[in-house]
Amino acid sequence: MEPYARGRRLLRDQPGLVVVSAVALLLVGDLVAKLLGGGLTPARFGGFVWDGLVIGLLIGLAGIGLSLTYSILGFANFAHGDYISWGAFSGWAVAYLLAGIDRYAAGGLLLIGAGDGPAPGDVGVSITNTPLSIVAGLVVAVGFTVGVSLLVDRLVYRPIRSADGITLLIASIGVAFALRYLIVFFFYSGRQGVTDISRVPSYDIGGVVINAHELTIVVVALALMVGVHLLLQRSKLGKAMRAMADNRDLAQVTGIPVEGVIRTTWILGGGLAGAAGYLVVLTQGTIAYDLGWLLLLLIFAAVIMGGIGSVYGAIVGGLVIGLASRLSLIWLTGDLSSFAEPVAFGLMIFVLLFRPEGIFGGVSTA
Amino acid sequence: MSADSSPTDRLPTDRLDGFRDLLERSDAALVLTAMAAFYLLFLSIGAILNYDFAGLISILGQVTFFTAVYALVVLALNLQWGYAGLFNIGIAGFMAVGVYTMAMLTAPPTGSPPGLGLPVAVGVVGGMLAAAFVGILTALPALRLRADYLAIVTVAISEIIRLTYNSPAFSTFTLPGGIALGTGGANGIGNFPSNPVRAIYYADPSSAASETTPIGTAIFGFFETVFGVVRSAVIVDLTYGVVLAVVVFLVYILLARVGNSPFGRVLKAIREDEIVAKSLGKDTNRFKIKTFMLGCALMGLAGVLWQGFGTGAVYPQAFRPELTFYIFIAVIIGGAGSNTGSVLGGAVFANLLFLMPQYLPNIIEQTFAIRADPNNFIAAVAPIAAGEITPLLGYVLNQRLPALRFVFVGILLVYLMQNRPEGLLGHRTETAAAVDLSEGHTPGGTARSDPTAPDESGGVDDE
Repeated sequence: MEPYARGRRLLRDQPGLVVVSAVALLLVGDLVAKLLGGGLTPARFGGFVWDGLVIGLLIGLAGIGLSLTYSILGFANFAHGDYISWGAFSGWAVAYLLAGIDRYAAGGLLLIGAGDGPAPGDVGVSITNTPLSIVAGLVVAVGFTVGVSLLVDRLVYRPIRSADGITLLIASIGVAFALRYLIVFFFYSGRQGVTDISRVPSYDIGGVVINAHELTIVVVALALMVGVHLLLQRSKLGKAMRAMADNRDLAQVTGIPVEGVIRTTWILGGGLAGAAGYLVVLTQGTIAYDLGWLLLLLIFAAVIMGGIGSVYGAIVGGLVIGLASRLSLIWLTGDLSSFAEPVAFGLMIFVLLFRPEGIFGGVSTA
Repeated sequence: MSADSSPTDRLPTDRLDGFRDLLERSDAALVLTAMAAFYLLFLSIGAILNYDFAGLISILGQVTFFTAVYALVVLALNLQWGYAGLFNIGIAGFMAVGVYTMAMLTAPPTGSPPGLGLPVAVGVVGGMLAAAFVGILTALPALRLRADYLAIVTVAISEIIRLTYNSPAFSTFTLPGGIALGTGGANGIGNFPSNPVRAIYYADPSSAASETTPIGTAIFGFFETVFGVVRSAVIVDLTYGVVLAVVVFLVYILLARVGNSPFGRVLKAIREDEIVAKSLGKDTNRFKIKTFMLGCALMGLAGVLWQGFGTGAVYPQAFRPELTFYIFIAVIIGGAGSNTGSVLGGAVFANLLFLMPQYLPNIIEQTFAIRADPNNFIAAVAPIAAGEITPLLGYVLNQRLPALRFVFVGILLVYLMQNRPEGLLGHRTETAAAVDLSEGHTPGGTARSDPTAPDESGGVDDE
């Protein structure tokens, strides 16, 4: 009788977990059946997994900063998505400029083709064609976004540091609006092509087509993640951040330079957000003023899933969200493919409802 | 000499003080004064732009319409946030459910996308019920969450709703009974019953070219002979604005009554301290769910009246999260927790931040005759080196004014959160007790103006 009693208790205490597990089992079973029955070729499946990994790494990269500021400053920063957009626009403006300065006027290049600026195919930006300009753009994206996040913190968040989470959240919505539409003011409101897709080499690995830009993203994202890992493990910064997330007053009397740690957090989070935004354009090939906002909910999903405050949780959460949104396309075919994003949002809502501390038990590992 | 002059010196200030007193005491006077000011402002804008009389009526109709619809949604949000402390940032989604349900119930079955062809009244009620239903689906699980998690869940739900309506999958579909229905996908729904107000004027409400009703003949004739207005559409629009104002008034009365009922007193208790309310034996979650549902139903109604009858077409792009944040800014301007503040906040936002910027470029261009219209930022700033400032002005006015409006709104939101989080009227005390409990109260004295009343001001940071 004992196993039944346990089962009943599980059903009563965690109905969500039971339902999710059942659905997950069902989907895995169907997936195996599809793979074996030939309804889904391994190459196609591999393609979905690869796509999911690429976007998941970017979500995780951007999520690190959101997760850290959420736990240390105690508010959900709705402007984080627009840091990402600014990273993309600042970085690509420079990459464009460097790639095309020998042939075109600087103005049209700096505005990434606004107005009558040169077309992406003419400038020919790609990792193999103009590697230096791509790297320079990445550096600028990181630096510029760090600057933006520090400036915003100084002007907006610092004066109301002691306010409650909702007040800061609303202020961050204001910041999000201002930043997003400043991009429209300087650049444009549509979606525009940036990279020269025809000059991106692609490789066929066991039927899965991988292009050089995606490879670049994976390499850069993994390198940045390892860098963050070393930074947090080898310096006292990680410990100070954990202490602050736990109790800011106590951290302060212990001698932790609170404002300094907050500044470092913004530098870290802003820089990673800028890099993520820049790299997102590399995989999408296009740039738009609301690209960060469109990613923000997915990033929130990843951060919540991984447990707020956890750097590694954010990375794993990002991978889960990325894979889930791409793998859902196995079932959401045709007209239903527009539901890939709602699936990720739904996953986040489920985690919030049944495991608000995150799937890894809310252990802060910053 | 001095005896003669002093009364005339004092009289205007006395009047001013009296007027200020009236505004302090009477909410109706406050709202009416504000509206009179806005009407005057927009009439002068119309005058500067040399509008004819029909144009002036049209501008008044717009002011009334946008003030009313904003006030309606803001009142609904204030019920959820200001009274029950529920931080809902999925407003656009609930409005979308209301208007889409109405449109799908009432659109003609032969149209594209097909609807059910039911009467308008069924559609309106159905829209409100559907919004309330989605509200309870959200509220039942989500109310256990912290305020910031509730915010993220509601904004995610609102995006799920928008993407669902936007999806081609449900553009047209067939119900099990063989009944065809549709959301129209990205194009939305354009053919549903026309504004009921038109039935007052036209024998066939769907066509402005049809015979006018006796009332229509009389009123159109009156405007044509007295003011020379031949465009009857502006009169219909103004009438709709007035009808909406009546709806706002009724909702205001409803919410004021809810707020002063035993139900409302529990809500205020929850807002101040949920644990106290719980320990007094109140099932606070049930109160919150009911409030959330009522608020969502009102948002659905607002969606119907705004996008449905007001715009005459519904499409998914209208329900982007920006709309939600507009409403939030309006609530914060007015002050969370105050119904009168909500109406005022809606009016201020709708007129000064939404409508005004649409007329501003015309006025500036007419005054300064700016013809330059560069299509990118570099082309706008490069001539500054040569002392030419007009390209930049032309760029700002002709190309990027909507974007700058958003930037301004964002900065305003930050400013309000930093300096005046309680809004215009959020500082007012609002007693929960039905009778004045303060010391030395006189029967009939109002509790609201009593400074010693229990401090229950509805600050924005209430949870």
